[in-house]
Amino acid sequence: MAPRLMQGSDAVADAAIAAGCRFFTGYPMLPFTELLENMAKKLPEAGGVCINAESEIEAINMALGAAATGARAATGSCGQGVSLMQEGIAELALNELPLVVFTMARGQQDYFQSTRGGGWGDYRTITFAPKDIPEAVAHTQLLFHLADLYRTPVIFYGDYVIAHTSVGIEVETLDFGPLPPKDHWALDGTMSGTGQARQIWTWARGKPNTPGPGPNQSWVSIADKYAEIERTEQRYETYRAEGAETLIVSFGTTSVFVDRVVDELRQEGLSIGSFRPITLWPFPAVGLAEATKGCRQVLVYELNAGQMVDDVRMYAEDRSVIRSIGGVSQDASGMRQGDLLHADELRRRIRLAVAEPSTARF
Amino acid sequence: MTTVDIHAAPEHPSRRVAAFKPDLLQSSEHELCPGCGHPIAWRLVLEALVELDLSRRSILIAGHGCYTQMMKISDLDSLQCLHGRAPAVATGVKRMVPGATVLTLQGDGDMVSEGLHEVLHAAARAENVTALLFNNGVFGDTGGHMTATTVLGQRTKTSLDGRDAASHGYPIDLARLLTQIDGAAYVARGAVNTPGMISRTKRMIRRALELQTAGAGFTFVEVLTMCPTGWFVPTASGPEYLEDSMIETFGIGELKAPHGELNAPQGELDAPQGELAPPVNES
Repeated sequence: MAPRLMQGSDAVADAAIAAGCRFFTGYPMLPFTELLENMAKKLPEAGGVCINAESEIEAINMALGAAATGARAATGSCGQGVSLMQEGIAELALNELPLVVFTMARGQQDYFQSTRGGGWGDYRTITFAPKDIPEAVAHTQLLFHLADLYRTPVIFYGDYVIAHTSVGIEVETLDFGPLPPKDHWALDGTMSGTGQARQIWTWARGKPNTPGPGPNQSWVSIADKYAEIERTEQRYETYRAEGAETLIVSFGTTSVFVDRVVDELRQEGLSIGSFRPITLWPFPAVGLAEATKGCRQVLVYELNAGQMVDDVRMYAEDRSVIRSIGGVSQDASGMRQGDLLHADELRRRIRLAVAEPSTARF
Repeated sequence: MTTVDIHAAPEHPSRRVAAFKPDLLQSSEHELCPGCGHPIAWRLVLEALVELDLSRRSILIAGHGCYTQMMKISDLDSLQCLHGRAPAVATGVKRMVPGATVLTLQGDGDMVSEGLHEVLHAAARAENVTALLFNNGVFGDTGGHMTATTVLGQRTKTSLDGRDAASHGYPIDLARLLTQIDGAAYVARGAVNTPGMISRTKRMIRRALELQTAGAGFTFVEVLTMCPTGWFVPTASGPEYLEDSMIETFGIGELKAPHGELNAPQGELDAPQGELAPPVNES
């Protein structure tokens, strides 16, 4: 198959189906809508089911039910819709059920929502923020794999740029290796009446014939699992960061702009590079600590009032050199990224921060 | 219609219910209060599953309430879901395992208060699952608070002088609402306050499960159950209180069934004081 011009939502839908997704549900909300439309069109052709849910609360719970049968399932929304799903995401985590949640955010203001969540209990959500559509296609497939590997809900953090722009691309099926079997927990009714029926329950008490560990021990082991994920699944990318005096930290689609500006400022003689967390959680703590060693400035560029900067402050080598150079930036354009997402403005802010390290205000 | 020779000897000798445990229970121990109607109602479900040979293909989606105890001891592949969301969860399960018999078990607080949206839409989508509502008109698990089905005049911890329409609004008759939804194939309301009522309710549950097996669409059985603890009445008064309050308000019977399937005797639907509408069916 040759590459063809595809919108991001179209390509991500193909990637989900290539990964074996057979259940999808959602409630229309831009810029998530096109992913739902594509799944509604393509999933039945692939032998799957796509349901136009009557609310995001229903969507996450339908998806939970599908996931509980062992099927690869996904749902998604953006902003307020994902807020409505928080209770369900926590429930999936504490039930140890795999699910991919596509957050097609209206910008970068949902970093906390994705990485901190609003559900109850001790859980975390693996969150990938692709910088462009080819990466989105790969991340989609990897997320289905990681969800199954760790039996946990995972989040794809996209935006208007991922969902609405088009590129020439060929969606290839990726193989991430074998996974543990699901038959000891996935519900299909066949263990009913055998004396060994399965049970999925956040309290994990089990049944008389097959007692479970109970809530405390279960939640301790789930917390241990997230600690392991935090150690092993950190992903990041650096660009011209080796020995750079100034390091720009950004995530998702804005990083494409950052790297272009880095090139331009390098030509002007500035010692500058960039750092991009690919996983927003687990935040690439080790990579950031390494990359910020000896930096005179760490400039955090994100299109919100300052969310990821909290994580940067937690892990950077020297907190005193960290500055936020982004800000809230929304407009009514098709991409909803506002005036701040502009190479000229980014360049201006970096120059100012470098020239006046302690006094510049943005 | 099957005819029964009432003069023939019974196929099995009679035995006392308390003397044996349904096959699908892993234990007869539970943590519910004396006088609770839930264990009786749940026993009917388990017996019906066994009698219809559905044991090895059934999946239970249980909500949050006293009846969650039943999920713990039943030998059914089970999932305990978020409060109110069982019909949505059951949708995902059934769509992925269409050959399974999928049951949801919810109380009135779970299904009618918190989860009205989910049950109405699952019915409208004609999801081929059986939704069971164990309605005792009170939040039993939290200790006796008003739900969306608490009848007028009923005392709860949040309607201390009795539910008053001016302050607390009116109870919802979900079964009657569901009869208006095309995707709902079968809608019935039984109770467990007398032996006769228990037998009738079991027939309703069997009918619902048979219709699910036949792919009829959304099937719904509401069972009025006793909660003397949450009603603040003596344990032994539970059945009588249920008769005087809930049956008086809601009535008992099959409200909707596929054409020709309605359990024939017209007396099956007992109109409470002439208030309940006639059964809605296509015949």
